[in-house]
Amino acid sequence: MKMRDSISKKQECKLLPNQRVVGKWHKNSYRIIKQLGYGATGTVYLAEFGNELVALKIASDSMSISSEVNVLRHFSKVQGPSLGPHFIDTDDFVTTQGVYPFYVMEYIQGESFLPFVRQRGAEWVGILIVQLLKDLEKLHQEGWVFGDLKPENLLVTKKPYQVRWIDVGGMTRVGRSIKEYTEFFDRGYWGLGSRKAETSYDLFSVAMLIINRSYPARFEKKGHDSLRTLLTKFREKTELKPYESIFRKGIKGEYSSGLVMRKELIQIIQTTSFTPQVEKQLKSPLRKQQKGLKKKKRKKKKLHIVGFMETLVVASFLLIIYILYLFGQTM
Amino acid sequence: MSKGTLRQILLLTDGCSNTGDDPIAISALAKEEGITVNVIGIVDQGHLNEQGISEIEAIADSGGGISQIVYAKQLSQTVQMVTRKAMTQTIHGVVNKEISQILGEEKELEDLEPEKRGQLMEVVDELGETMDLDIFILVDTSASMKNKLPMVQEALIDLSVSLRSRTGINNFALYSFPGKRKEVDKLIQWTPHFDSLSGAFKKMSTSGVTPTGPALQEAVRLFQKRMKKRGTDEDERFDLEETGM
Repeated sequence: MKMRDSISKKQECKLLPNQRVVGKWHKNSYRIIKQLGYGATGTVYLAEFGNELVALKIASDSMSISSEVNVLRHFSKVQGPSLGPHFIDTDDFVTTQGVYPFYVMEYIQGESFLPFVRQRGAEWVGILIVQLLKDLEKLHQEGWVFGDLKPENLLVTKKPYQVRWIDVGGMTRVGRSIKEYTEFFDRGYWGLGSRKAETSYDLFSVAMLIINRSYPARFEKKGHDSLRTLLTKFREKTELKPYESIFRKGIKGEYSSGLVMRKELIQIIQTTSFTPQVEKQLKSPLRKQQKGLKKKKRKKKKLHIVGFMETLVVASFLLIIYILYLFGQTM
Repeated sequence: MSKGTLRQILLLTDGCSNTGDDPIAISALAKEEGITVNVIGIVDQGHLNEQGISEIEAIADSGGGISQIVYAKQLSQTVQMVTRKAMTQTIHGVVNKEISQILGEEKELEDLEPEKRGQLMEVVDELGETMDLDIFILVDTSASMKNKLPMVQEALIDLSVSLRSRTGINNFALYSFPGKRKEVDKLIQWTPHFDSLSGAFKKMSTSGVTPTGPALQEAVRLFQKRMKKRGTDEDERFDLEETGM
């Protein structure tokens, strides 16, 4: 059937460096530079449009790409900077093999999320998530849910360091069912909630971003008590300790909005020092520390007494010599 | 009236049929009845023969559905993805038909300019979310499937989690083949969701026969019976006019 070959059986469209892609409808010309990556719905290339660098996503499937364009468009229109890449153009590329729909968006240059947070102290994952939660809040306010939230869909741009999302393929309207997900970040997989698009779905994935920092290879579910598995795994990594309450509430779906989660996270980052020495201190309970302090003080007191005695002895000794000297003088 | 119902058969197997009618022919018949046939081929350690693979693809092709060969471990995500894709594909097919009627022969979605296509996609998305879905799951329980059944069970519960998040109403039925005496055995009658499937696959057959064709035939028959019961067997393939497009 004709319908079929426009959907699943068509070969993927491979573009080569320096190849020109000219749209059938808008006639814009893009020069391909290199491949950037590929996802469930198509391949993304770095391309040149005039003097500008752009990202061009080409697909064999016109359906899923149209949905993505709708989402990108929506947020290009409504929002200021930062809510994902800006939308530039959408068109069809006609080749001898068939017609390939594509779209063009802003090229976001940055470092991958996971390597970035792994190379730095544990405070960084918190700071980037604070940034991310601000954008997510805006998205949720607009009636959308990110859906497939994972490190691969995030980039950290430089000067200043700012997290941005690059793939809008999973974005779903609030109330619908989640279109795309990745098991590790999906609460449905862990048996900790539905796949309905709601704020708490995204916030679950946000919590999983934290634990992913210390388990880059991720892990699978075991048994039925996923909550326990996740909390146990989390506690095994001492560097994540300050985030435990955030993580627990996130995976249990206890945050009503990203704003609340963000506020708590800011509080934690402000009051915690993430450098290793302090981490050690945090590990021992406060009471023990105080006890230790008291002991030191007592020792000091003793030392004072010993010192006083010493001075006394020396003073009396000097006094005796002085008396003897006086006697000597008088004699 | 409601927006109509999407009907799917989901066949999970690990090999080639070896007895009874040609499953590819039965699948074509299912399609004529407005039922989409999706097939998932499960591999162990990469041993699924060429013949098995080509049969799996051909069944889905003639059934207007989607096929996917997958390792047992990745089953959960594949099952839900195939189901969702097939739904969109069916709706897409109907939308395309409408477009041909409006714009003339040989015109379809891709002949529209991208802006209009986007608007149309919104409608397709919306329908996929809100239409009712009847899904008949047919699991091959021949001897070689034995060690894969726990994974199948998990994948089906996962599918139920996914579909329950939709707005539309879902109904599942679970059958296995070969049956003890008949072609297929009923494991679970039509139900809105799978809560637990533990013990569902107890009635295992150890025979080496894989009567995929007859099993599909029985699935189609049971679907027809269900449609008649509902009293809507005239033209149950949903009509776009009903959806207010």
